[in-house]
Amino acid sequence: MPVDRELPTEEAQDLIALTRDLADRELAPRAAKYEREERFPREVFRTLGDAGLMGLPFPEEVGGGGQPYAVYLQVLEELAMRWASVALGVSVHTLSCSPIARYGTEAQRRDLLPEMVGGTLLGAYSLSEAHAGSDAAAMKASATATDDGWIARGEKAWVTHGGHADFYTTFLRTPADGPRGISCFHLTPDLPGFGAARPEEKMGLTASTTAALRLDDVPIPRDRLIGEPGRGMAIALGALDSGRLGVSAVAVGLAQSALDLAVRYATEREAFGRPIVQHQGVAFLLADMAAAVESARATYLAAARRKDAGKPYARQASISKLVATDAAMKVTTDAVQVLGGAGYTRDHPAERYMREAKVMQIFEGTNQIQRMVIGRLLAGEAAPAAG
Amino acid sequence: MNIVVLVKQVPDSGSERKLDPADNTVARAGADNVINEMDEYAIEEALVVKEAHGGEVTILTVGPDSAADAIRKALSMGADRAVHVTDEAMHGSCAVQTSAVLAAALQQMDYDLILCGAESTDGQVSVMPALLAERLGIPQLSGARKLTIDDGVAKVERQTDGGFWALEAPLPAIVSTWDTINEPRYPSFKGIMAAKKKPVETKTLADLGIDPSTVGLASATSQVLDFSGRPPKGEGVKVADEGDGADKLVEYLASQKIV
Ligand SMILES: Cc1cc2nc3c(=O)[nH]c(=O)nc-3n(C[C@H](O)[C@H](O)[C@H](O)COP(=O)(O)OP(=O)(O)OC[C@H]3O[C@@H](n4cnc5c(N)ncnc54)[C@H](O)[C@@H]3O)c2cc1C
Repeated sequence: MPVDRELPTEEAQDLIALTRDLADRELAPRAAKYEREERFPREVFRTLGDAGLMGLPFPEEVGGGGQPYAVYLQVLEELAMRWASVALGVSVHTLSCSPIARYGTEAQRRDLLPEMVGGTLLGAYSLSEAHAGSDAAAMKASATATDDGWIARGEKAWVTHGGHADFYTTFLRTPADGPRGISCFHLTPDLPGFGAARPEEKMGLTASTTAALRLDDVPIPRDRLIGEPGRGMAIALGALDSGRLGVSAVAVGLAQSALDLAVRYATEREAFGRPIVQHQGVAFLLADMAAAVESARATYLAAARRKDAGKPYARQASISKLVATDAAMKVTTDAVQVLGGAGYTRDHPAERYMREAKVMQIFEGTNQIQRMVIGRLLAGEAAPAAG
Repeated sequence: MNIVVLVKQVPDSGSERKLDPADNTVARAGADNVINEMDEYAIEEALVVKEAHGGEVTILTVGPDSAADAIRKALSMGADRAVHVTDEAMHGSCAVQTSAVLAAALQQMDYDLILCGAESTDGQVSVMPALLAERLGIPQLSGARKLTIDDGVAKVERQTDGGFWALEAPLPAIVSTWDTINEPRYPSFKGIMAAKKKPVETKTLADLGIDPSTVGLASATSQVLDFSGRPPKGEGVKVADEGDGADKLVEYLASQKIV
């Protein structure tokens, strides 16, 4: 059963219908195979780009879809229901476009943004380092000012789409801006000295490549700086607020699929002479799963509506990331339980969903870090936390 | 280059399809109606030709009001405009009558190339290109798996069981396409939005100067007198493997003359 969605416009309904059609035909049939083969589906992102699904929340003037977050996120959720790695990729791509969309110069917005949000080019977002994950501000990779730009040096880590992306929104220490100075740059793989390492071997989301970057004296032209020098950390954290909403939607889509799978199985599988769904112990488990999915969806949509209304939403974004990814972990784990022994095998996607859910509690700020952000915001402090 | 694509709305061949017991015509109300699958390839081919040679792509549909959904899908894929011929009097029309209506509509349009699917999944009579070619006095190139337009000449590879025929004809011409010819694009989100603003001209039989008594079930050249459902699948043969499963399988296959 498709999710019955509250959508604000006929336009949004058409968009969801397009997404479902495309995701049913292009994502669902590939997901299990590509995940098993750890294969990155670059061509699927091209199809999504051609359909206009790679830049939905950006203004139409720069080639985006002009959609509110409350609609864009439900598109992500529909994608995630068929293939979490791809939905995550769209979310990361959106995150990578957002600094230029928000802080870019007139020339950057005019020359770079249309191909980015149009989906011809695939984006990556490089903030973390091996020793600076939760504490991203402890990063070491640096860009030293020269006469005609900067020279970048060091290693970034954990870059989603690393080695496949066409542009990397990268945060580097800029000593010229003081001891805490960090700046945001638009890097491309054609720059000399830019390289991606061998992809990480992961527990889940194996079709989504994650790789470290090496920056060996990479010359960065002057016009590649995004926003003001030294303001990188503020840019990074602002983008992460919206990125966390993206991860929330992906987690809810994944959880929804696990729930659907479990419900289907429970109505077909019989034990003690009747379908297992008629055993209260199973029905209650399913009820709790449904409650987790629907309340997580309501939570991210509430946060998105605040963002769309121009209200502060950092606390709600962190709450929604925490609630949605914890819900996804619980629901996918319980889906394995409902399927019994079959759930533990690779004949069914339940175990894969469970592996995929785990990382959602980790990236874009671990759930401990979300609690830290929420706590600080509650305490009324500005929150220089990390992702 | 003005290209007209004939598009028909049909009940989804993937779901259960019915005839209306009242008059034995295809039950369209309540069915899951979609663009005839083969027509999507014709639309795609029209867009490809337009991208290479410029011009305009017009969708021409004869069908009830609900066929507007099929038109909108075609426009959202990238066609420029549409003509929708709709008239109560046409209910139950046969292929010959429908071809008269299509031909009358086409005579009011500018076209260099007419594209259509090689068959529809509801009637499956596959005669429309031939009927139209005759009525319009233009060549037909049917069953194309490849189309090139070169200096006012349409060249196609006509698909056959064993290979293909190379055919060509001067424009204007009508070309019908198989699903081997291309991979139809998805509508884009922007295409869907833009489609709402594209012109769709609705025409009645009167607009085409057609006498309503010449179309419709009463004067159709063919009529469905009776029908019965597809017989349910038989039980099949179960081979129990008692150590000689392979022998029994071979025996069965041989008895059916499969091996
Ligand atoms: C698949 C994947 C994709 C990723 N994609 C990207 C990407 O595209 N771009 C990018 O920049 N990064 C990316 N990351 C990195 C990710 O954001 C970090 O892994 C994450 O922020 C955690 O950092 P860490 O791994 O260094 O863990 P650490 O910071 O070392 O944390 C280890 C543990 O300590 C806890 N902890 C740390 N500090 C505190 C504290 N103050 N209070 C309580 N607990 C604390 C953490 O919650 C965690 O449980 C990705 C990671 C993965 C696994």
